[in-house]
This record gives sequence, structure tokens and C-alpha cells, in this order.
Amino acid sequence: MKPAEYYQRDRTRQPPAHTPDYKTSVARSPRYSMISLQQSVSEITGPVFGHNDIDPIDNDLIKNYAKDQDPVGERIIVHGRVLDENARPVTNTLVEIWQANASGRYRHKKDTYLGALDPNFGGCGRTITDENGYYYFRTIKPGAYPWRNWVNNWRPAHIHVSVFGSSFSQRLITQLYFEGDPLIPLCPIVATIPDPDAIEQLIARLDMNASVPLDCIAYKFDIVLRGRRSTLFENRLEGN
Amino acid sequence: MKQQLDYLKETPSQTAGPYVHIGLAPGAAGFDIYREELGHDIAGPNAKGERIRVEGVVIDGMGSPVKDVLLEAWQANSEGIYAHPEGGGEVEDGFRGWGRIITDFETGEWGFDTVKPGKVRPRVKLGSGVSEKVAASNPDWQGRMESHAPMAPHISLWIVSRGINIGLNTRMYFADEEQANVEDPVLNLIEWENRRATLLAKRQGERDGVPLYRFEIRLQGDNETVFFDV
Repeated sequence: MKPAEYYQRDRTRQPPAHTPDYKTSVARSPRYSMISLQQSVSEITGPVFGHNDIDPIDNDLIKNYAKDQDPVGERIIVHGRVLDENARPVTNTLVEIWQANASGRYRHKKDTYLGALDPNFGGCGRTITDENGYYYFRTIKPGAYPWRNWVNNWRPAHIHVSVFGSSFSQRLITQLYFEGDPLIPLCPIVATIPDPDAIEQLIARLDMNASVPLDCIAYKFDIVLRGRRSTLFENRLEGN
Repeated sequence: MKQQLDYLKETPSQTAGPYVHIGLAPGAAGFDIYREELGHDIAGPNAKGERIRVEGVVIDGMGSPVKDVLLEAWQANSEGIYAHPEGGGEVEDGFRGWGRIITDFETGEWGFDTVKPGKVRPRVKLGSGVSEKVAASNPDWQGRMESHAPMAPHISLWIVSRGINIGLNTRMYFADEEQANVEDPVLNLIEWENRRATLLAKRQGERDGVPLYRFEIRLQGDNETVFFDV
């Protein structure tokens, strides 16, 4: 494919910087407008990762920190595809996740919540998408988690997801939520996203077809990164 | 029948939150899990060029350092080539050009070691969706196919943290590259000339025999750093 730019971000579906109900954003949001940049080679390139960078067990959070037994909690598979806005698979891209354990407790020295740590659960994983853009993780469904925003705010069960794509301009961090969680509509962080349809895009669907009977229940979560312009008016159109 | 555009829509961003380290820098969160954490060595041992140290702090709208920020750096090697199939050529073995930098939880200070990037040369032609063939046949479009002017040495930075809903993009330039900075096409896009200085890292002596650059990022308020919609 010829060098080309990526589609501009649809800012009507992305959270703005200043979202006062999520209080920390107030002092951490720029007040001036961003300068729009036509992309150069600095933006259409980005880091490349390979299987030498990670280990096969890294995508299995049930085993990757287990000491003497499996972690406690609902055993789940999270799987899906990374696509771009043209529905092309994003192959060989690094996907990283992190999350709390079944009690809503994070393994982080700054987390002081009274939910117990699980000695067999670390809470992070990483993998590289295959030639179809497909990825999967095995993990424990995280618990809800209280946080100091309003007096009684609870995060919905969520998994943080980080994806690189093929260029630095596609870099994305987001959060995966679970179908049917009644905390989703109450959460000021979810509500930073202005478009209800865009919020739906963050809710992983229960996927019975991918569940493993008597073992593990599955959720499906597809990720879409910015699409890339193809060169129009070319004789060959397979790039489109 | 109503025509439909069948593009998918980009997944919306969410804040990285205060515990971003668990996923992206678990050692800093307080535990050891991976064979090797990614992003510790930007340039690798074989990179040519001048070794430098960059240090700084991210400051919020109240003037306080942000102590739970994570930055990612993306840069070319000393010849202006990126470690990417479209990066303009070959780089040294082990040069990734990408790094992950976290702040000290107590002070908010961060730093990284790398090599000073070169000017990024206009090896890659970027059009606005117009093929070279068409551009050649139609003078109206030739302007769009013009190569970008060389860019002054710079490091692209992407900043995430609690309270930042979508990663902020900025660039760090080097204050001692005066002539290149004056000619840089991106700095020149910034209409308010006094804001350009917010992207300049200042050389401040040496640390362990290596030139030290200081780069302070102000998220909001006086001398707010320029952020880009890339």
C-alpha cells in the first residue's frame, strides 16, 4: 500500500478532555484547542513488536501469576478481533490488558481498597494478534471497584485494554465493560463518552459459542482502530 | 434506498486510570510477572549518534506535578529513519525507537535515555488520496503530492494518565537546533509563535557525562504545552 494518512479521529464519538463529572479531568485537560496535524512519517509509523517480545503464557491471566492454585473468581475468555475502520484486520499488533481481581482489588502499591488481594492473580496480560487480527485472553472476571469521585461511585467491572495498531496515530487505550452490568450507566468515566452508540462499542457481549463447557465462559470484544486512506484513482482498486 | 457508509467506527478511548502500571509497567506497580517489560530501551546498544538523557515533569492546571502519568516516546534514529517498514530505511540492530516512561510516584519526575534523533527527511511522499499518476497528469494536484519539508529533530510523545480521557499527542524538539526549528513545518503550523517554545527541550548541562535535556509538559493554563490532533 502506498504511504497514506489515517482517517481523522471522529471527535464526536471520543471523550473530550474536559469532563467535570469525572473530577480528575478538570485540572488535567488542556484549555487551548489542539493543533491539527496533517500526518507525516512520524505519525504513520509506530513500534513493531514480535513474538520474541512476549511469552505464550502472557495471555493467560489464570496461569501467568498462579503460585499453588488457580485464582478465585469467574473464569472467562475475552476474545475478538482488532480491525480498522475499513474492516481490515490489524495483524501482528500488541494488545495489553490489566484489571482488578474478582474482589475489585488491584495488585498495585497505590491501591488500598479493603478487597483482598488474590495470591494467585497478577492482573495483566499481553498478546499479539494473528494474521486475521484475532486475539484472546483467559482471565477472571474483575469485580466492581469503589473510587473517590462522588461519595458513592463504583466502577463497573472492567478490563483496561491497550492497542498499538500499525502507526503511532492509531495508539489507543480504552476499557472493556461487560454486557448487562447495571453500573455502566451510572459511571462518570463511561459518561465521558458523549455518544450512546459509542458507549455500546465498549460493552463486551456474552459469547456462549466461544465458552468452554464446564470450564470457562466467554465474552467477545472487537476493537476498531482508525482506518487508512487508500490511494484513490489508482488503476488497481484492491487497496480499497 | 438510502445510501449507507459502511465504515466501522473507531473504538472510543477511556482513561488509562491510576493503575496503568499494572498492565504497562508491572514492576512499578510492585510485582514481577513478565520475562521482560517492554519499552525500557529506546535506542538499543548499537545506535549511532549522540547519546542523550531527557528529563521532565508533567504539570496539571493547579501547578502540581502529575505523579501517575505514563508517556510513550516514538522517534527516528540519528539518521532520521524510523524502525518501521515505512520508516525510510534500515535502522541499527536493536533500535526500536519506542519507549515507555513513567513518573516517580513521589516527585512526578520522569526521564529516559536515548540518542538524539536526526532530521526526518522527506523520503515518504504523502498524498491526500491522489495517486502519483493522477497528480502527474493534473497540475492542480501536484501541490498535494509535494513532499513534506524536512522536519527538525523531534521525539513524538503520547501521554496518558488518570484524568486524561484520550491520550495527548505532543512533540519534543531541541532548543539547540535553532535553524532546523525555524524551518520545521510542524512548528510553523502553530500560529501563535510564543506557543512554539512550549515544545522546546532545553539543554541543561550533563548527567553522568551525557547531555541532559529538560522538558516540562504543562497540561493546562499558563504556558500550556501545544497538543496535536494527529
